[in-house]
Amino acid sequence: MIECKNLKKIYRNGDIETAALGGVTFKIEKGEFVAIVGPSGSGKSTLMHILGALDTPTSGEYLLDCKNVSQMSGDELSDFRKERIGFVFQSFNLLPRTTVLRNVMLPLLFSGISQKEREKRARESLKYAGLEEEKLYGNFSNQLSGGQIQRVAIARALINDPAIILADEPTGNLDTKTSRVVMKAFQELNRDGHTIIIITHEKEIAEYAGRVISIRDGLIENDEIKK
Amino acid sequence: MIRDLLKEVLQSISANKVRSGLTILGIVIGIASVIALVGIGQGAKNSVAKSIESIGSNLIIVMPGAQRVGGISQGAGSSQTLSEEDAEAIKAQISGVAAVTPAVTGRYQLTAKGNNANTEVSGTVQDYITTRNIKMNIGSFFSDQQQKSSAKVAVLGPDTRDELFGENVNPVGQTVRVNKIDFQVIGVTEAKGGSGFGSEDDIVYVPLATAQHFLAGNNYISNISITAADQNSMTSVQEQISSLLLARHKISDPDQADFRIMNQNDIISTATSVTGTFTMLLSAIAGISLVVGGIGIMNMMLTTVTERTKEIGLRKAVGIRKIYINLQFLAEATALTFFGGFIGILLGWISSLVLSSFLSITPEISVSSIFLAFSVSTGIGIVFGFYPARKAAAMNPIEALRYE
Repeated sequence: MIECKNLKKIYRNGDIETAALGGVTFKIEKGEFVAIVGPSGSGKSTLMHILGALDTPTSGEYLLDCKNVSQMSGDELSDFRKERIGFVFQSFNLLPRTTVLRNVMLPLLFSGISQKEREKRARESLKYAGLEEEKLYGNFSNQLSGGQIQRVAIARALINDPAIILADEPTGNLDTKTSRVVMKAFQELNRDGHTIIIITHEKEIAEYAGRVISIRDGLIENDEIKK
Repeated sequence: MIRDLLKEVLQSISANKVRSGLTILGIVIGIASVIALVGIGQGAKNSVAKSIESIGSNLIIVMPGAQRVGGISQGAGSSQTLSEEDAEAIKAQISGVAAVTPAVTGRYQLTAKGNNANTEVSGTVQDYITTRNIKMNIGSFFSDQQQKSSAKVAVLGPDTRDELFGENVNPVGQTVRVNKIDFQVIGVTEAKGGSGFGSEDDIVYVPLATAQHFLAGNNYISNISITAADQNSMTSVQEQISSLLLARHKISDPDQADFRIMNQNDIISTATSVTGTFTMLLSAIAGISLVVGGIGIMNMMLTTVTERTKEIGLRKAVGIRKIYINLQFLAEATALTFFGGFIGILLGWISSLVLSSFLSITPEISVSSIFLAFSVSTGIGIVFGFYPARKAAAMNPIEALRYE
């Protein structure tokens, strides 16, 4: 389902060229739970940006469901992200002074879907992500607890029923206990058949995944499938 | 789509009420001053036109041309070239003329009951009240008989009466001394309004023959007022008068004419074009404040875009297209200026009403100026919101998301 062939990303700063990715090749099947680990500066963030269609590789191919993402234009990438990718960002990035419901509906803006349908989908998505209390839906996002914020972020990622859920350091700003709850939530999503890719530098977090791809200096160092 | 856009705009404007309010203040003040100034200017223009129309209707005035002494012009009306015979010839020979009234004017020292005044004295004929649209307040105007017999009678303008006899006093039967000659007051005209140049309230009317014999001492006249039968015949009457007087004065080249003919429409258009130019100038100055207001909008939008970098990154990451990011910020700027324009129009309207109550001018705020104000304020939003919106849309989502 995901196929990366010899992905390279080279940043150019004046005359100095830095290879963030030096040729990465791997496949991820539908329903897998993958952790991409590596120290900072290893190129894992660059890889995540390419997998999330936020960026395109300098060379190589990235295919998602047989669609070549590497050659897409800006608007095509936008539409692709909207339809196929659910992001869960580090620190979750909810809109402040905006209600829970509106936060979850954000990816549906300018989509032509009716307001009623949007709200219905947002409610379903929130319930699925484990935020049951409807009375919270009208609250501003800055009035929620850390665990609740993370569930809203997951609900937002799920609203378009994406092909993959991409989480960038989802536990980066959380204490150990909340981290455990978050990771359990991802495991549940995976059990329901969602493909999940988590980027992290913490080995303990990677333990929750079924497969760990270690990256170092822009290259795959180790690709290990557990159990 | 549009609903989404409006919602987003409303959300972000209301999230920063104080800042949004302060930012649109520039637009509010700019639009308000343009609306108020144009309204008052238009009102002034109307009142000037109205006061000129009050002189009389379908009026044509013939005045002597400028006297030249050694090639130096002494100013219009300085030469003594018009005679009573000219006036009679116009009356007798030109068709489409309703009334012809010659007048001789001069400034004299007046005394009455120990009070002094220096006032214009106009010697004229009875028809003058028709051509100049004069109404009597007290008493009557002098008759043809009194005119022909050089009777020493005088009709006072209301301001002159106030000055010589006191306000609202009936001076009929009293004596006013002009140039050491006693005149009996027989009437007071109704106030016409207007002041300074062309005021017909500070004046004394005496019979033409009397003025020529006792005051001027010659038979020349200062102007001839002609009332055309109707609006349409004015041009033809004016042309006929011109050729008649040229023939009578034995002048072949019209450029050398020793008289000037003005019609009321010319006077109105000259006077209103002056107020019009003035209004334009003031509005242009007010327009500058609009540009300053627009820069304020741009400044605020740039701040907003920077402040919301992370949010813009998020929007882009979840797949909202560039064009919608652009539209959202453009719509935000435009909504601010549109709203500012709306308040500005109201404020301008109110302030022009308040100002005009001091100026005794009825302001005229036309639909077209309101429409223009709306389009200008909206246009400012588009122009000054363009760059910030483009900046927001061009952001790289990865960098925007990392922004702290």
